[in-house]
Amino acid sequence: MSLFEIKNVSKSFGDLKVLNDITVSVDKGEVVAIIGPSGSGKSTLLRCATMLETMDSGELIYHGEKAAANDAEGKAVYASNAELRKIKSYFGLVFQQFNLFPHYDVLKNLCDAPIHVQKRNKTEVVKEAMALIAKMGLEGKEHYYPQQLSGGQQQRVAIARALCMNPDILFFDEPTSALDPELTGEILKVIRQLAQEHMTMVIVTHEMAFARDVADRVIFMDGGYIVEEGRPEDVITNPTEERTKRFLARFAENG
Amino acid sequence: MSLITVMQQIASGFGATLLIFFCTLLFSMPLGVIVALGRMSKFKPLSLVIQGIISVLRGTPLMLQLIVVFYGPYYAFGIKLSTNWRLYATLIGFSINYAAYFAEIFRAGIQSIPVGQTEAATVLGYTKVQTFLKIIFPQMIKRTIPPVTNEVITLVKDTSLSFVLAYQEMFTYAKQVSAAMSSLMPLFVAGVFYYIFNLVVTIVMDRIEKALSYYN
Ligand SMILES: Nc1ncnc2c1ncn2[C@@H]1O[C@H](COP(=O)(O)OP(=O)(O)O)[C@@H](O)[C@H]1O
Ligand SMILES: [Mg+2]
Repeated sequence: MSLFEIKNVSKSFGDLKVLNDITVSVDKGEVVAIIGPSGSGKSTLLRCATMLETMDSGELIYHGEKAAANDAEGKAVYASNAELRKIKSYFGLVFQQFNLFPHYDVLKNLCDAPIHVQKRNKTEVVKEAMALIAKMGLEGKEHYYPQQLSGGQQQRVAIARALCMNPDILFFDEPTSALDPELTGEILKVIRQLAQEHMTMVIVTHEMAFARDVADRVIFMDGGYIVEEGRPEDVITNPTEERTKRFLARFAENG
Repeated sequence: MSLITVMQQIASGFGATLLIFFCTLLFSMPLGVIVALGRMSKFKPLSLVIQGIISVLRGTPLMLQLIVVFYGPYYAFGIKLSTNWRLYATLIGFSINYAAYFAEIFRAGIQSIPVGQTEAATVLGYTKVQTFLKIIFPQMIKRTIPPVTNEVITLVKDTSLSFVLAYQEMFTYAKQVSAAMSSLMPLFVAGVFYYIFNLVVTIVMDRIEKALSYYN
């Protein structure tokens, strides 16, 4: 059984069809990279997967539990709030813009949800949070406010905040795109380490070399469709589809 | 009448001024938050009705509103007005009027917070109420301190409008003494009282702003 499945999702904004009948499933321990031109629907797909956006039609399943399924007319119907709350605890999301809480220090950014949403023991959560802060190379920064940190440090806090919820799968939406080029490396290193620890991850990224290295599978999206999907050495190094080739060629040109 | 006596007479109305001031803040701020939330409701009829009420409250004189609140029960229902009603009508009129202003300030403050804050909270599993109370509300307070300070300063001066209901606050006393003495001096004294009151308000609001400046 797949850890995460999203089946036949369709999603429109007004007249604009952003996702066309997309199906993705991810097994435990798998790292999936999603690449594609801007506007191809990558963020919308992650937002549907994390329920920030509601699907028009399609199924959303975590651990075999249905968060949403189609009704008789093919319209997506979501589960009860209680069920969705449980399902939400299975995943985490790291945003391009970090979205840390500016009025909380680093430690509170990490601990508040585990304590007040998951109702876990405060001492244990703080202990775990401190370990994560150290793991992210942020020792001594636990009482800093987000604004006092560099972009790369803020994004590491955001990753730690997501991990502190002990999710089974972590989604990343262009985690390095808001960062200066010299800061992307530190984030990629952290994600690479998580991959080595067999964290299940779905990563939207424009870092092709990184995707090739770290992903078990690459999905190329364009115009709301999955155009090509497969092993990184196939999709990134030897793409079969014309559109994939053109996209990658454009990338190679721009460095 | 000596300056000291004049000051004593005017000061005897200062308690009533303070009462109006604090009660208005106490009622209008929470009411303003609720009205702001209603104004932002996705349920259009509610949002439109509230928008209309706010528009009327901000677009007509507070003095007129005070008179309507005061005489309304008599003209509409023939209810005999009790002596305490002067104070209650004053407080109701002020609180509703200021709630309208605060509601617009709070709404602007809430809408200025990046939507990513709500999204991050939602993904972390916070309920809507938790998201508002823990994430949005504290950031809104900080962002709205400058416009709220302006309103509070205006309120200090607006308390003098209670004279239309002949509620015995500082300005009502000052006018009476001024008339009795045929002198403007008591009004100047009242002016000094209001000015000092507002200096204190400014200092307090400044302190609050500083206390919240531990983050950006
Ligand atoms: N909330 C929205 N309302 C209207 N259009 C949207 C919205 N979100 C995304 N879109 C549109 O959907 C398309 C896909 O966007 P997105 O999923 O963000 O693509 P990507 O992440 O691949 O760049 C774009 O054309 C974008 O303008
Ligand atoms: Mg995107």
